[in-house]
Amino acid sequence: MTEQMNILLFFVSCVLTNNFIFSRFLGCCPFLGVSNKVETSVSMGLAVTFVMALASLFCYMIYNWLLVPLGITFMSTIAFILVIAALVQFVEMFLKKSSPTLYSALGIYLPLITTNCAVLGVATLNMNNNYDLLYSVLNGTFSALGFTLAIVLMAGVRERLESSHIPECMKGFPITLVSAGLMAVAFMGFSGLV
Amino acid sequence: MNLRISTAPHIHHPVTTKRLMIYVLLALLPATGVGIYAFGLPALLLIAISCLTAVLCELIWQKAAKKPVRISDCSALVTGLILALNLPANAPWWLAVIGSAFAILLVKQLFGGLGDNFLNPAMAARAVLLASWPVHMTRYVAPTFFSGVDAVTAATPLSTKSAELMDLFLGTIPGCIGEVSKVAILVGLLILLFTRTVTWHIPFTMVASVFVFSFLFGLGNEEEPLMFALYSILSGGVLFGAVFMATDYVTTPMTPVGQMIYAAGIGLIVAVIRNFGAYPEGVTYGILLMNIATPLIDRFLPRKIYGYQKEGKKA
Amino acid sequence: MSEERMSLGKVIKNGIITENPTFRLVLGTCPTLAVTTSAINGLGMGAAATFVLICSNLVISLLRNFIPDKVRIPAFIVVICTFVTMVQLLMQAFVPSLYDALGIFIPLIVVNCIILARAEAFASKNGPVASACDGLGMGMGFTIALVIMGAIRELIGNGSVFGMNVLGNSYEPMLLIVLASGGFLSYGLLLGIFNLIVKKSEEKRKRKEAEAA
Repeated sequence: MTEQMNILLFFVSCVLTNNFIFSRFLGCCPFLGVSNKVETSVSMGLAVTFVMALASLFCYMIYNWLLVPLGITFMSTIAFILVIAALVQFVEMFLKKSSPTLYSALGIYLPLITTNCAVLGVATLNMNNNYDLLYSVLNGTFSALGFTLAIVLMAGVRERLESSHIPECMKGFPITLVSAGLMAVAFMGFSGLV
Repeated sequence: MNLRISTAPHIHHPVTTKRLMIYVLLALLPATGVGIYAFGLPALLLIAISCLTAVLCELIWQKAAKKPVRISDCSALVTGLILALNLPANAPWWLAVIGSAFAILLVKQLFGGLGDNFLNPAMAARAVLLASWPVHMTRYVAPTFFSGVDAVTAATPLSTKSAELMDLFLGTIPGCIGEVSKVAILVGLLILLFTRTVTWHIPFTMVASVFVFSFLFGLGNEEEPLMFALYSILSGGVLFGAVFMATDYVTTPMTPVGQMIYAAGIGLIVAVIRNFGAYPEGVTYGILLMNIATPLIDRFLPRKIYGYQKEGKKA
Repeated sequence: MSEERMSLGKVIKNGIITENPTFRLVLGTCPTLAVTTSAINGLGMGAAATFVLICSNLVISLLRNFIPDKVRIPAFIVVICTFVTMVQLLMQAFVPSLYDALGIFIPLIVVNCIILARAEAFASKNGPVASACDGLGMGMGFTIALVIMGAIRELIGNGSVFGMNVLGNSYEPMLLIVLASGGFLSYGLLLGIFNLIVKKSEEKRKRKEAEAA
């Protein structure tokens, strides 16, 4: 019972209180770049969730079962990025064969995910916080869901802004950043929930 | 003739906008009056400064951007007034200036002016002020009107739970300028409903939602969950928010069903933040977060099916 | 020879002004938003990224004819990662306070789009000297942008610049600006102002040209 409660609190913490975008600035590039349509941002969010959960799992295993015993933990960054790059390649090939529909939906976003700092970020955070295997995977999944929530909300707002009379110099990135800032103010309401 | 909010374009028409805004100002009058009566000169000054700044900022922006000047539509005045009514009476004057300027320049005009902002300007500005100067924004004074003694700093009832329900209702408790007297707010609501400026959907759903969720959260922890729920809707800014801030046309869903989902969402967030969060009050954040979700609510609700229905039950 | 130098100067200027990674290309947004809570953090991040940019551009340019086209992206990442790990260890040893302040964003330099983008767009096609200059220019552009943003946010949110109290003790800092949302807001507004300035200067130039003609 308490374990389930802890996981629920952890979920709230990852999705709302310590949202990857609005309080940790991880994954801002796709958040700003791929958030102009609701559909594409849902796809992007799902792809990121998929990769981040797997990356948390594999990076945990590589770090604790390989780097720590060998005493080369300073190699963590390079090991993680290779794991992530390989993983993304693998997921791409796997999806292409097993599920063409899903592949056509997520396909173009997958290569972008290698350089999404949220993925490397979550692996590094898991390592720094000494999460165990379960919590590493949960952290990856929940944080990615928080990312998905943020990017989908942003896409909704941006679709609405398309018909707005925004000053010329603020169109595009500037107004998106200002909107994100205002959204982050609103998300501050969740602080202290956990 | 039902002034249904579902058709947004009327908001762009200056004459109609002006009439609606004057109704809102009229409805705000009782709360403003009681606020000034309760808190005295400081409250009056804050209100004046806030309104003046809001109108000036609107004027300056529209002049600088070479747009038609539309300050006579009173929308900036409404924003300034609502923001002032959301400040503690002893807040420093510059707080009202920065808040109003932020609301008008960054939240409203930067996005294209009236009708284009996706957040309620006054609410966004209040959240910004709360995050920037938390001490000034949470130091409430007790109203002075019955005793005549000097204002003393006191905790808002939300954090002490010492006030009686009747005090909450009449407004003899510390709080923001406009939110203390529930009677005045209800008079405002009647004016808004009577002039068909707003429909019942948002205010009633929001208050009901706060009541229900507070009751549910109170079940395990409070001795009398029903009293706790009643207390929850009468304390803080729930009523003021439900009547004046959650009902802003521009930032709410278009269909009645969408509006009810929106309002229920605010109620849930308010109850969650109050009971589990770091802040004592969640109305501002509830409204802002549901403002953000509004485009998605509008997008995923089939308008054609619900839009022409008579006021239906909750979907 | 002088022509060569001219073009190198141009390459550097390109990075600082014409294609400023932060204000013109809007790349590397995560570190820009996260570390600019003070001018000194911005400077530290900029310096670390500049070091990595110069070194990785240089090495990738030297290796450009040996790396097979198919595996070039992973190869670039390995090169970048090596230098990032070096920077990480050096900072941990010599500037531990800065290392702690920048935290997770030092290892994340690996996935900073600016660096991979320059490797792909410039270093893989140009000679080592030009590539190093490109790295220097881009790095300086990034650093300058970070320091400007850091200084502004520190001034408003803390009343100081580079840790020195500027606005006096009666100033009540606007905390929000050094919080997360303040990062987005100030970046967005600076970007807007930058766009406005660029637009105005272009209009001015066009008017002058029209007058001359």
